[in-house]
Amino acid sequence: MELCDLSALDISKMLRSRQTSALEVVDSCLARISKVDGRPGTLDSSPETQEDTRKVHAFISLMPDEARARARDIDKQFAAGEEPGPLGGIPFTVKDIFCVKDTPSTAASRILANFVSPYTATPVERMLKAGGISLGKVNLDEFTYGSSSESSAFQPSPRNPWDTSRVPGGSSGGSAASVGAGEAFLSLGTDTAGSIRQPAAFCGVVGLKPTYGRVSRYGLIAFGSSLDCPGPVARSAADAALMMNAIAGADTHDATAAAVPVPDYLAGLDKDIKGMRIGLSPDYFRITFPDAQSGDYLEQEVPDEIKATVLRAVEVYRALGAEIIEDVPMPNTRYGIPAYFVISRVEAASNLHRFDGVKYGYRTKSQANELKDLYRRSRGEGFGLQPKLRILMGMYVSAAQYSEQYYRRALRVRTLIRRDFESAFDPNGKYRLDALLTPTTPTTAFPMKGIYGDSVLMQYADQLTVPANHSGSPGISFPGGFDSAGLPIGLQLLGPDFSEAALLQLTHAYEKATAEADWREKRPAVLEEV
Amino acid sequence: MPEPKEDITPDVFDHLVQLAALELDGSQADYLRQELNKQLASIRELEAIKLDENLPAASHGVPYPPNHKPALREDEWETCPEAKAITAQAPQFEDGYIIVPDIPHTTLE
Repeated sequence: MELCDLSALDISKMLRSRQTSALEVVDSCLARISKVDGRPGTLDSSPETQEDTRKVHAFISLMPDEARARARDIDKQFAAGEEPGPLGGIPFTVKDIFCVKDTPSTAASRILANFVSPYTATPVERMLKAGGISLGKVNLDEFTYGSSSESSAFQPSPRNPWDTSRVPGGSSGGSAASVGAGEAFLSLGTDTAGSIRQPAAFCGVVGLKPTYGRVSRYGLIAFGSSLDCPGPVARSAADAALMMNAIAGADTHDATAAAVPVPDYLAGLDKDIKGMRIGLSPDYFRITFPDAQSGDYLEQEVPDEIKATVLRAVEVYRALGAEIIEDVPMPNTRYGIPAYFVISRVEAASNLHRFDGVKYGYRTKSQANELKDLYRRSRGEGFGLQPKLRILMGMYVSAAQYSEQYYRRALRVRTLIRRDFESAFDPNGKYRLDALLTPTTPTTAFPMKGIYGDSVLMQYADQLTVPANHSGSPGISFPGGFDSAGLPIGLQLLGPDFSEAALLQLTHAYEKATAEADWREKRPAVLEEV
Repeated sequence: MPEPKEDITPDVFDHLVQLAALELDGSQADYLRQELNKQLASIRELEAIKLDENLPAASHGVPYPPNHKPALREDEWETCPEAKAITAQAPQFEDGYIIVPDIPHTTLE
């Protein structure tokens, strides 16, 4: 085991006791990146090689010189007896959907490939202020539009460190892959329908989608402004808690960042979970999806291996003294994806109108005779297929003649989904849950190119995660074991508003209780040759 | 098997493309129209839900009671220290102006 394989908290302790230096830690991460990552994603890249198919490709822009320089500064602070902050000396990666001053901030899109941000997003700023060391920006689905990271304009797109023939999930695929492969300890991702939790599940790491408004969205290139949540990707609940301590809280630059006091997420981790109420809902053990041929809706149980993993976790929690509440109804779960198809598209179309080839970003090289030509060509050449699809759908369902039928109706369905959560977590209600335990995803990581292009099936990969985005509720995904193909299975805990501390506490309890399990010994396949 | 219903016909699609200010080649248009219709088929599931007429719309999930809302800043203008860094991003910028092609005169109806 190398430095880069330890936890962020262990590294933090070692730095403070001078057992290692920030520079050694950064060099360990860079050495791992050099061994397993392969070439970074670029525009107009050469065709994929056999070698490429064995690498992770998490990065778009790796900044080793800047990371080393910052590590030296952090080491000087430690040497001078100064406190660099709670993330002092911890290398992290940033999903390239966040603006970081003086660096390319691409959203994995050609239309922003040349954009150098003049300011830094609040969550990144806070991680840097807390002493963290950015290693660079990691790849994602273009503008976060996808669940596999394959739609990036920067190819090769990321691959799953446990099996590089599989996707890492998305859209925070580069974040989850970089943390899972030991390239970084932490990553800043975003979750609009499951984009932190689903890749965390696929890559065998921890991903926390905070309550909407818990972490500022300032500097996040927007997708669905009522749904987007920045949050941590880490290898343990404790590391995610360490990161949440840095990034959570109100922000004068974001009116939706809630003025709710931020607890110390690390302080409560080891509290006893005895008496906590954990619910199970049959509505999270089946998925409903449209048949590609007939259009009829099919209902299917989640695979046995995934269900069995959740039920094993139930026994772990029961043994720790938690109360298990079965048959909690969440009947509107199945409407999460159809409502999302409407709401997110309307918001995406609105947010993407700003990209026009005029103020910043890509402008067509061809001669445009008038302004509208310039718009059409710049947007036509600059956007990939997935942004175009979202713009067109958003415009259709919000058009005056369809708005009541689709958009307005979807917003009302969202109220129903929210009510499911309110009922389950109502402290005076029938269920009084502290958390709902579910599978994170209806499948484990699927093969590269397996469903890419089928925008409907791809969206249904988020069926168990998207309700929390509609509701604004927090959710965490954490490893629960492996399927028979050796792929990670993610467990999800959903909680009431601003209950991140309890979700982290429950996750930490599960990690401790299963620390000696055989499956914990397994390492990502890309590390076998390291 | 009957052909699935296509609400987004080629004409509707072309209108959307114009509104969206996108230039597409033929293969992109075929793919996008097909996917739009597939997504619309999924969206139609919403129409089958019985909604109480008093059910309100939710623009976002988490409520914002007054004590959760951050205080508004004073309404005072501030100089943007990064103005040059921002204008430097414009594809064509000369003498303090962002340059664009001709903007034809249009009469609003």
